[in-house]
Amino acid sequence: MTKELLAVLLTAILTQNFVLAKFLGICPFLGVSKKLNTAVGMSLAVIFVMVLATAVTYPINQLILVKNDLEYLQTIVFILVIAALVQLVEIFLKRYVKPLYNSLGIYLPLITTNCAVLGVVLLNVDNGYNFVTSLVNSFGGGVGFLVAMVMFAGVRERLESADIPKALQGLPITLIAAALTSVSFLGFSGLIDNIFR
Amino acid sequence: MSEEKKCMSREFTKGLLTENPVFRLVLGTCPTLAVSTSVSSAIGMGLAATIVLTCSNIVISALRKLIPDRVRIPAYIVIIASFVTIIQLLVKAFLPSLDTALGVYLPLIVVNCIILGRAEAFASKNPVAASALDGLGMGIGFLAALLCMSTVREILGSGTFLSGIKELLSVFGEVNFDGFTIPWINAHPMIIFVLAPGGFFVFGIMIALANKVAERNGKPKAELKGCANCPMAATCRIRDDQSKEVSLS
Repeated sequence: MTKELLAVLLTAILTQNFVLAKFLGICPFLGVSKKLNTAVGMSLAVIFVMVLATAVTYPINQLILVKNDLEYLQTIVFILVIAALVQLVEIFLKRYVKPLYNSLGIYLPLITTNCAVLGVVLLNVDNGYNFVTSLVNSFGGGVGFLVAMVMFAGVRERLESADIPKALQGLPITLIAAALTSVSFLGFSGLIDNIFR
Repeated sequence: MSEEKKCMSREFTKGLLTENPVFRLVLGTCPTLAVSTSVSSAIGMGLAATIVLTCSNIVISALRKLIPDRVRIPAYIVIIASFVTIIQLLVKAFLPSLDTALGVYLPLIVVNCIILGRAEAFASKNPVAASALDGLGMGIGFLAALLCMSTVREILGSGTFLSGIKELLSVFGEVNFDGFTIPWINAHPMIIFVLAPGGFFVFGIMIALANKVAERNGKPKAELKGCANCPMAATCRIRDDQSKEVSLS
């Protein structure tokens, strides 16, 4: 059981990285990775919301939607639950946990329309994960997002001082750098199968 | 009258070139990168997004005076999610292999920045007809961008073109055409192009080309201006935060 969970966790972080292999959450990946502290703040907020969203949507899906044959409403229900949840978390943090709000709060509204959050919830359902596996997968996905963001923030800092051909300056070179970062993650493929054979 | 007509046709054509959502406004990057591994799934995704975009633009524009300003984003999300669910059920019923090819990215049209972005930036302020044309133009622009990306990636990465198109065409009747195989490349495909890095790389080159064309026409480069492209910018405070940091330093 633990072995299986560890495999799910490592798959979500390394081989099937949310940003670099599944292309979920590219907008914040390209948009807010310029500064390391913003990148870390955003990623921590994503991990938090992803795990919380999974914890809330799993019972809703199992107890309400599946029981009443309403699975086709999953998309609508999940996005609304996530949007409401993000609002609630924001209000709660603002009222009771001020320091956490000051560091993560500003990223919360952005996360409502982050495809990584809706994506992980839908993927958990598609893969038929149970509650614990879903939580582990969401946590792993969030950590994978953090790893990719932090790595890429470092790459971008180097790009600032690099001598780039004029045609590629700006966004094109950022995407090519993302491609190379993604190549490095390809190196992990096969790792999980071989460890947990 | 003709002035008005010209204005209308501009709403339609701006999405194709000058304001192409993918190459100029850099919106909807997630599906662009994920689905462009083969041309037929790109066509499926492009059409699905176009239908959702046009329908949701029409409904949002028709309801623009009824939706209270404070709850507009959730209201838009509900409208968009309803249309996505309709499309999802239709694809599941009639094109099962497209459903497998698009996977989780089909329901993720809900959070596609292009659709929410157009709702917020255009449909919420403009009449129904103009919004419909805007949605159609932007959708076709998205489809065109997906076609550019997927043509390069499929030919180089798998050595085929339009493979799997048979099922899409089968909606119109029995067809035997199922794409071309490109000789030589098919025997030695550059698999990296259908993998994740190829997506980023081809997208980067495409943006560079689009910038070159834009520069020749005296238009500014495509740029991710932090939050300027993001539909959630109005509700978000990172922008204020960053400008504050800049002014402090």
